[in-house]
Amino acid sequence: MAEETTKRLAVIASHGTMDAAYPPFILATAGAAMDMEVAIFFTFFGLEILKKGKIDKLKVAPIANPAMPVPIPNIIGMLPGMTAAATAMMNSWMKKSKVAKLSELLEMSKELGVKLIACQMTMDVMGVKREDLVDGLEVGGAATFLEFASHNAITLTF
Amino acid sequence: MDITPTQVLDASGLACPMPIIKTKKAVDALKVGDILKMISTDPGSVSDVAAWTAKTGQELLGHEDVEGKHVFYIKKTK
Repeated sequence: MAEETTKRLAVIASHGTMDAAYPPFILATAGAAMDMEVAIFFTFFGLEILKKGKIDKLKVAPIANPAMPVPIPNIIGMLPGMTAAATAMMNSWMKKSKVAKLSELLEMSKELGVKLIACQMTMDVMGVKREDLVDGLEVGGAATFLEFASHNAITLTF
Repeated sequence: MDITPTQVLDASGLACPMPIIKTKKAVDALKVGDILKMISTDPGSVSDVAAWTAKTGQELLGHEDVEGKHVFYIKKTK
């Protein structure tokens, strides 16, 4: 190889919705498959993704989301049950396109050696205990993530 | 394409990023010089497999479309 390319990928997952949880895992697993060293830092609502039993139950919010494939006006989106309906619709499309489930991507990430870091500070803020989260994680702070990223990593935020 | 693969990986029906992940695992299990034939129905695979080989340093010997499927031949070089 003529040219030296970046070896590290550092991803921040800060949202707890289904649509926001996919890109970090897709890019992390693809990066690991491309022989990159990858870390995902789960902070703020991103911690929701790591809660035991939660990952395949994350929701898509139809409200204030004008990009839904079938647009749902906010006044309808605010009605009870609409978030569940939008989520079910999205899940059925994902299944039809044979996109891997988030739980599968999480397992794949671990298998490929992706470093999963849960943010200590937001765990404290939101009252999340280590035992509330899935196994195979590291708990750390900003410095933990930045030290990893400082070695010429591509950094992506979701 | 007149290439005899060492192993065949059928990733038909799988969506991004699974074809690449399965390819990585399959190539990891091969010996240097072996050839993997990978079959995918994901249209993104055409650019993704080329990108994967460019990044990992493995060699993409060729690509052909057979009955609506993308077929790649990848040689393990290291």
